[in-house]
Amino acid sequence: MKQVANKDAILRINKEATWIEEGDLSHEVNESDGYALEESLRLKEKHGGEVVVCSLGPQRVKSVIKDALARGADRAIHVVADNVKDLGPFSAAQILAEAIRGEQPDLVMTGLQSDDAGYGQTGVILAELLGLPHATIVIEVDASGDALRVKRELESGWYQWYAMPLPALLTIQSGISQIRYATLKGIMAAKKKEIREVSPAAEAGPSGGHQRVTKVYFPHKTKQTQFLGDGDAKAGASQLAEKLRNEARVI
Amino acid sequence: MANGILVFLEHRDGVFTKVSLEAVAAGQQLGASLGQPVTAVVLSADATLAQGLADFKIDRVVSVESPKLAEYTPDGYADAMEQAVRALDPQFVVMAHTYLVRDYSPKLAARFQKGVISDCVRAAVDNGSVTFTRRIFLGKLDADVVSGGEPPVFATFQSGAYRAEGAERGGGAAVESMPVELGEVRMKPEPPFQEVKAAVDLSKAEVIIAVGRGIKGQEHIALAQGLADVLGGDLAASRPICDANWLPIDRQIGSSGQTVAPKLYIALGISGAIQHLVGMKNSGTIVAVNKDPEAPIFDIADYGIVGDLFEVVPVLTEELKKLKG
Ligand SMILES: Cc1cc2nc3c(=O)[nH]c(=O)nc-3n(C[C@H](O)[C@H](O)[C@H](O)COP(=O)(O)OP(=O)(O)OC[C@H]3O[C@@H](n4cnc5c(N)ncnc54)[C@H](O)[C@@H]3O)c2cc1C
Ligand SMILES: Nc1ncnc2c1ncn2[C@@H]1O[C@H](COP(=O)(O)O)[C@@H](O)[C@H]1O
Repeated sequence: MKQVANKDAILRINKEATWIEEGDLSHEVNESDGYALEESLRLKEKHGGEVVVCSLGPQRVKSVIKDALARGADRAIHVVADNVKDLGPFSAAQILAEAIRGEQPDLVMTGLQSDDAGYGQTGVILAELLGLPHATIVIEVDASGDALRVKRELESGWYQWYAMPLPALLTIQSGISQIRYATLKGIMAAKKKEIREVSPAAEAGPSGGHQRVTKVYFPHKTKQTQFLGDGDAKAGASQLAEKLRNEARVI
Repeated sequence: MANGILVFLEHRDGVFTKVSLEAVAAGQQLGASLGQPVTAVVLSADATLAQGLADFKIDRVVSVESPKLAEYTPDGYADAMEQAVRALDPQFVVMAHTYLVRDYSPKLAARFQKGVISDCVRAAVDNGSVTFTRRIFLGKLDADVVSGGEPPVFATFQSGAYRAEGAERGGGAAVESMPVELGEVRMKPEPPFQEVKAAVDLSKAEVIIAVGRGIKGQEHIALAQGLADVLGGDLAASRPICDANWLPIDRQIGSSGQTVAPKLYIALGISGAIQHLVGMKNSGTIVAVNKDPEAPIFDIADYGIVGDLFEVVPVLTEELKKLKG
């Protein structure tokens, strides 16, 4: 589970123009990762076993971990590193692979994409590094038989089921199920659960420069948008009604 | 020495997808700027499909063939592409950022000890070196990315980054067959299917009022419904609204929902992530209401109001009522 900047945060670019200013930002769990956790908890409730949460990031990611433990995860591995944004998807996956390899999981679940870097790759690379078959953009998991069956979302309203042996890795799409809230009891129980801190494996260094960000900026606008109201929402609304009728002629 | 641009082409039901032709256009432009040849690669059970590329301006057309490539699997495709990339030794591997490519390309790149420069919106060549631009933070920011280290560089391009019509014709390379032996394919696909026909078909709607996470709670959907009623329009939503069951899934607009092009599209509290935009960018008049002036939705809006939708919508609804008499 990755921690990312809050979706509603107003983003500012850092002095070096290489990332965002992180200092005063609030953070939250990456959207699809919350669904990946929920799906693991549901599988555990049906089939037994244990849910282990793993997060790579600085000390602040403990809030994501604690929240996951409060919702019902059994224990956690925190790979402590400050330079996550410089890693690129391959190095991040390498570090995660070494952190969880010893657990010999039956099933690894990740989100399908991070809402900050947006590589959409870490899970798939992780599967390759762990030698596991994978499926991406999963919206239903059927683990009742011997083999795993998963429903994948395809483009424009199409779906497809895939069967594969365990152990396997799935990247989970948002909306796979409704996410539970942490209960007070869960929050209390979480205090006693193990959070093991580890360091990134030595061989997994920065990405070898094969994907280096040189500059971050606001996209150039391509369309001339008419902004209405000039900060006054209500004035904007009346102007809009008038424009829709007399200029755009859509009413 | 590694040289050339390798373009991966995706096909469905025996035809190349439109975004694949966008990838061809991207590859051709990169090739022209760098003075490097372009090779197209098609994965399938036989060479029939690759023949379809005969009239494109492509230096080589390679048909990578195995019975195991008759249907898509990430194991089969990653194995086949790895062999093609090793044999053809390109400097760049260019692909469209589709669900299929997202599914196998990171696995392919990992075999070369790297990731993919994914979801690029453009590539600029300066003095022989390439800078890729990717959208990050759900489209709110752009990042320029360069690649050092050993080739090949793997890059995927967002739908719409290049124009399919921009793929140059004329040339006519003969198809070269490359039979491959693939390893074990561990996943077994069942046939793709569509859910029972959607109860609402928004593709014919003339006016759509779409709500996003800015609507805050299911109880506020009525506010948007009120506006839709005055305009005789239909309600629609971004994905998180349908994920939360505030509106049924058949009202979702975007890459995994419906594609619409009404005369008027009003987006309330929608940030404008690419997966939403692809479903509605061809609408006639686009209106966006968002409290964040930097929200990417404004980049495709004709009219924008920077402000709180809870202030805007009641006034707009009243004014429209008056205008309609
Ligand atoms: C493979 C894949 C497929 C996807 N398919 C789809 C798809 O088909 N359709 C789709 O929509 N998404 C899809 N997504 C998700 C997409 O990436 C975005 O996460 C999603 O579109 C965001 O929805 P949103 O704009 O409603 O929410 P957010 O991004 O959270 O934006 C909410 C916006 O509301 C604004 N806001 C908040 N409060 C107010 C207020 N009071 N007044 C005015 N504005 C306010 C905020 O400034 C913000 O811009 C997909 C993602 C992936 C990875
Ligand atoms: N630093 C991290 N810690 C834990 N999980 C991560 C991290 N980075 C990526 N992931 C997982 O990989 C998924 C895809 O991320 P990305 O490849 O960045 O789009 C995320 O949804 C997470 O589940």
